[in-house]
Amino acid sequence: MIAIIDYNAGNIQSVEFAMERLGVDYITTNDKEKIRQAEKVIFPGVGEAKNTMEFLKAQGLDTFIKELKQPVLGICLGMQLMCQHSEEGDVDALGIFDATVKLFKPQNGEKVPHMGWNTITDVKGKLFTNDLEAKYVYFVHSYYAELCDETVATTNYTLPYSSALHKNNFYATQFHPEKSGDVGEQILKNFINL
Amino acid sequence: MLSKRIIPCLDIKDGETVKGINFVGIKSVGDPVELGALYAEQGADELVFLDITATHEGRKTFAELVKRIAQNINIPFTVGGGISEISDADVLLRAGADKISLNSSAVRNPQLINDMADAFGSQFVVVAIDARLDDSGKWVVTVNGGRIPTDKELFSWAKEAQDRGAGEILFTSMNHDGTKNGFANEALAQLSDELSIPIIASGGAGKMEHFTDVFTKGKADAGLAASIFHYKEIAIPDLKDYLRGEGIVMR
Repeated sequence: MIAIIDYNAGNIQSVEFAMERLGVDYITTNDKEKIRQAEKVIFPGVGEAKNTMEFLKAQGLDTFIKELKQPVLGICLGMQLMCQHSEEGDVDALGIFDATVKLFKPQNGEKVPHMGWNTITDVKGKLFTNDLEAKYVYFVHSYYAELCDETVATTNYTLPYSSALHKNNFYATQFHPEKSGDVGEQILKNFINL
Repeated sequence: MLSKRIIPCLDIKDGETVKGINFVGIKSVGDPVELGALYAEQGADELVFLDITATHEGRKTFAELVKRIAQNINIPFTVGGGISEISDADVLLRAGADKISLNSSAVRNPQLINDMADAFGSQFVVVAIDARLDDSGKWVVTVNGGRIPTDKELFSWAKEAQDRGAGEILFTSMNHDGTKNGFANEALAQLSDELSIPIIASGGAGKMEHFTDVFTKGKADAGLAASIFHYKEIAIPDLKDYLRGEGIVMR
C-alpha cells in the first residue's frame, strides 16, 4: 500500500491516476497512523512554499514526514519542501536534503517558469536505471534546488540544478513523473519496487 | 535542453472531437480520450481540450470527460471553454486537469486571472487570446470564438495577463486559423520578446516547415495544431523527426 499525503496541494488526483495505471494499491490520507503503516509514501505538491509549509506545520506534518522510516518520494513542491530553505516566501523547509531552493534568474531570455520537457543527466541511484540517462521528463517550476552531494539527477536550465535528490529513505524529483509519459512511469515503478 | 512542444488541440462538442475551418462547418473526428491517448503514444508533448460550445451556449464544464482523460493519459493537458468562476476551475483541477485556459471570461473580467493564479498557482493558468489583424495593422482581441471584436489589443492584453498571473499565453491568429499557410510568426516573435512567460502558437499550421518557422522566426515555445493531426495530414513522429533534422530541440 502506498500512502499519498493529502494536504493543501494540487495535482494529487494526477498521482492517484498514475498509481491506478500502474495497478498499485494506494490511499490518499492525512491520517498519520495510516501514513506510518504504509509501505511507501508519496509527498506530492503543486503550490506555494511558504503557505504550504505553514499548513504542514499547523497539521504537525512537518516533523512527522522527517521521521518516516519507509521510502518517501517527494514530487515538485514536495521535493522543494524537503530541502533546507526556500527563497519562495523566505521559508525554512523540512531540512531533509542539504540543498537550498532558489528562484531561476534568466541568463539569456529564458522563460520562467521552467515549463515543459527537459532532460535528466548524470542519473544514479535506485530510482534511475542507466537507460533513463538523458531522457525527457516534464517540469513546471520557478524555483530550483541547488546541486549538492545528494543530487541523483541533474537538469540544465539557466544553470545545472538538482532534478532529483536521494538521502537514506528519502527520494525526490523536481519533475512530475506522473506526467512524464513512459519515462515517468518507469521512475514511479522503480520507486514502488524499492 | 528544454524542448519545444508539439500540442494537438482537440475541440470538443457534446463529448466529441471536432475541428471547424475558421470555427465554421464543424465535422466530428473521434472520441477525445481515444484520440488523446493515441497522440500521447505518438509523442505529443501536451494536449489541449477545448469545449468550444461552452461559451456560446452557456455550457459549463465537462468534468467527467476531463476525469477520463486524466485517468488514461500520462502527459500534461490543458482544458478550456466556458471557465468563468473559481468553482469551474476547481472542479477541473479535481478531475485531474493540469492547466485551464481562460479566454472570453478573462477579457470580460481580467481580475479572474489574478483570482485563478492566487487560488491555484500561475502554472495552472493559461490565458488564450484570439486576435485578428485589422486593416490598420492593429491586432484586435476577439471573444466568443472570434465572433466579437473587443477594445483590447493583443500585445498590451498579453502583458496585462502575464502581470495578473498567467503562466502561459496561447495566441491564436484568427487571420491564420484554418488557412494552413503558416503561423503568425511576426506577432508571435513580438509576444515572445515582450513577455517572460511561455508562448503557445496556434492557427495556420499546414506543413512541417511551418513548425520550423514558428520555433525559429516566431520564437514560440510550443506549436499547437488540430486538423493536420486529426486528418492525418502530418503524423507527430514524422513531424518531430523532421524538426530534429532542422536543429529544433524535440523530446
